[in-house]
Amino acid sequence: MLYRLLFLLIVVYLISAAVWVVRAGIVRDGNPNDLLNVACDPTRELWRELNANFQEHRELRTGKRPSIRQSHGGSSSQARAVIDGLDGDVVTLAMFPDTDAIRKAGLIAPNWQAQLPNRSLPFVSTIVFVVRKENPKNIRDWCDLARPDIATITPNPKTSGNGKWSFLALWGAVTQRGGSDDDAIEYVRKVYSQTPVLDTSARASTMTFAQKKIGDVHLTWENEAHLEVQEAGGALEIVYPPISVLAEPHVAVVDRVVDRKGTRATAEAYLKYLYTEEAQEIIASHHYRPTNADVAARTAGLFPKIELFPITKLAKDWGEIQERFFAEGAIYDRISGSGVKR
Amino acid sequence: MRIDAEFVGAASVSDRSNTPSLADARGSVRSRTDPAWVRYSLIGFTVGTVALLILVPLISVFAQAFSKGMLAYWKSLADDSDTMHSMFLTLMVAPLAVAINTVFGIAAAYSIARFRFPGRAILTTLIDLPFSVSPVVAGLIFVLLFGLQSTAGTWLKAHGYQIIFAPPGLVLATAFVTFPFVARELIPVMESQGADEEIAARSMGANGWQMFWRITVPNIKWGLIYGVILCNARAMGEFGAIFVVSGRIGGATDTMPLRVEKLIQEYNQQAAFAVASVLTLLSLITLLLKVVVERKLRAEKTRPGD
Amino acid sequence: MSTLNRRVLPGFGLGLSTTILYLSLLVLLPLAACLWKAAELSPAEFWAAVWTPRAVAAYKLTFVASLLAALVNVVVGSIVGWTLVRYDFPFKRLIDALVDVPFALPTAVAGLVYASLYVSDGWLGQFLTPLGIQGAYSRFGIVLVLIFTGFPFVVRTIQPVLEDLDAETEEAAANLGADRWQTFTRVILPTIIPPALTGFTLAFARAIGEYGSVVFISSNKQFETEIAPMLIFARLEAYEYREAAAVASVLLGFSFLMLIFINVLERWSQRHEN
Repeated sequence: MLYRLLFLLIVVYLISAAVWVVRAGIVRDGNPNDLLNVACDPTRELWRELNANFQEHRELRTGKRPSIRQSHGGSSSQARAVIDGLDGDVVTLAMFPDTDAIRKAGLIAPNWQAQLPNRSLPFVSTIVFVVRKENPKNIRDWCDLARPDIATITPNPKTSGNGKWSFLALWGAVTQRGGSDDDAIEYVRKVYSQTPVLDTSARASTMTFAQKKIGDVHLTWENEAHLEVQEAGGALEIVYPPISVLAEPHVAVVDRVVDRKGTRATAEAYLKYLYTEEAQEIIASHHYRPTNADVAARTAGLFPKIELFPITKLAKDWGEIQERFFAEGAIYDRISGSGVKR
Repeated sequence: MRIDAEFVGAASVSDRSNTPSLADARGSVRSRTDPAWVRYSLIGFTVGTVALLILVPLISVFAQAFSKGMLAYWKSLADDSDTMHSMFLTLMVAPLAVAINTVFGIAAAYSIARFRFPGRAILTTLIDLPFSVSPVVAGLIFVLLFGLQSTAGTWLKAHGYQIIFAPPGLVLATAFVTFPFVARELIPVMESQGADEEIAARSMGANGWQMFWRITVPNIKWGLIYGVILCNARAMGEFGAIFVVSGRIGGATDTMPLRVEKLIQEYNQQAAFAVASVLTLLSLITLLLKVVVERKLRAEKTRPGD
Repeated sequence: MSTLNRRVLPGFGLGLSTTILYLSLLVLLPLAACLWKAAELSPAEFWAAVWTPRAVAAYKLTFVASLLAALVNVVVGSIVGWTLVRYDFPFKRLIDALVDVPFALPTAVAGLVYASLYVSDGWLGQFLTPLGIQGAYSRFGIVLVLIFTGFPFVVRTIQPVLEDLDAETEEAAANLGADRWQTFTRVILPTIIPPALTGFTLAFARAIGEYGSVVFISSNKQFETEIAPMLIFARLEAYEYREAAAVASVLLGFSFLMLIFINVLERWSQRHEN
């Protein structure tokens, strides 16, 4: 008798589980207040705080409390995921080509950059160094990375925004200071041959450097560097090179998805919110460089002076950058080849 | 079984019962006693190995989970909606995968143990295939099959359904990885039991389903439970395959093992170990059930069809 | 007998068709999709994808680490299995139950806790690191965690065989003048070699495919601590599906061979038993 009851309970449980799972696969036009933010990797802590504040902000305005879910991963991988069916309402990736790839796939309307202020850039950032406590290998500038005794940690340019920005920073560090293209190729070849681990995303690289204690210098986002050093409790420190790349992580609404799910109003409000003073303050507190001029002036103390060059100094536009450096068979493929044993 | 039977001379057939006779016991003492130093060093080695390999890690999981105290432990589990959801998701996905594998396992064991047919050996080998496939490969194949760059995936998406990056994909990947567990357990059990009881039931007029529910299933129940337990343990702990097919959407497609990894990456070691401790607790319960069932199973296996 | 069964026992059609349908849909079809995808590459591209120096290093590491771990497990597992069957000691039941923990514990938890134990400030690492033994994020760590996951296999295949060992045969050997060592090598050892071999192969096969635990304890350094499944994952993240499928096919081919070998071995040891 007891067994019968148990059996029945199990069957009921399984049927409900089955119903839930099957229904969970239905691409539903759900709650117009529910958003999925498909983001690049290191922005987790930032979005956590921004989302909580946005929820308050939105509830005050409309009486409805939106719920925002996050998916994080390497920027290019995330872009492909969206193209492959990951239903993000907004994408907050690491660089233009990733967001534009989604446009090319027809999911974002053309001219998306003009939809929001400052070319859809609520904040910018750059690539800096993180080194071990007291900088034992005395790494101060980009040329130090080419020294044979230096192991660099940076993510894979094929999957990570951080990875691509690091590459462009490395390249620009040579060409912006008078080096030729050949010099630059030799330099990046050297640095990548001394990179023991190429993780798929920014945070994974941070784990490799900070937790697994591999490598001498970590090339990462400024904001990630600050978080990393903070969490390391003294074992790591930041080094700002004199020059670095201006990293521009665009944000965009995924038109096809928001129109289908009916979340356009919430999604647009969400991205517009990023430009409010409240949001810009939060952004600055996480060490992302805010684009709001007033907030930037107020928080200037958080951001050391560093000469930042935009990618337009390296090539005409992003199309050329992709073709020259990151396309199949382009410079990155040529210098990394199939991996050369150190 | 005895290779050197000729060398030894008289080879009596032991009665496979587990209770030794008094003569056996005396003989055991005399001829099977190893020197004390051998005994103690082997015992010491065994205890040491198990302690180092297994016990210390187990204790460490709980130590690190509770490293900030009971309240912090509870909060890291109950106050975090993503963690709660991951527990819910694991409890939805794993039992479902186990259930469908159980149905299959019974069907497979019945066909293979009770009948002979051409290709039987090949079938048995194929059933074992997922056992040796790497979980990442397991995830990859479903992405290839149901992702948006496949025909199946595009068709489904156009009709409003999604398998990859959603719970159905998780169930499929988990079912694949744990595919052979129940079948592998049941086949030897059913083979050793023989078909006599079932044939007897048929000859007394029972129809197919009556025979199945009243004779077949009760006879294999302990083997079945054993297989289900093993299957479930593996299903709940699956990491690699789920990592590939889930899209890693916090609060939607993160199962508990994935949640552990995410918490580590977010510098929250204590919370990661808290979730790990829940998984560990579940696996220890699994082991307890396993021990209980094993005893019943041994009785079931050696019973020659009653 | 089979024809008799089919006439008397119902459900052959239903059982077999369910089995084959499910097997095809869940296992064979997806695996075929993988091979199909890999086949999109030309032979030259296929070779270029699966035989890069980095890939070769990964295969070597996977193979060698799994082999080492399985060998250690054979030795250690045999001793533990023997001790559990032959001797009595306090907490024996507990130790016996603990042997199965690696079967039940999620691989991610295993990798995570092993890494935390062997870091330089971990419970065990604090003693080992000064000695120069890096347990975490190293090849040693990978072998360690593979030893953990494969531990129960040999123990559990040896125990039933040892339990069934005929006491009287050993007794007769002793009566005929064989000392303990001779009895061991001539009578007992030959019996436990087949199950030990089976256990070894199972542990080896499991270790080759292991991902969850290794990924937590490995530093994923190319040419050093990058296992083969990581290669597939890296390609997957870069959306190089065909190359990922190519490497996966190589691993699948190897798994299949292992499987056949295990089955042949099991059948051989069964025949030996009888």
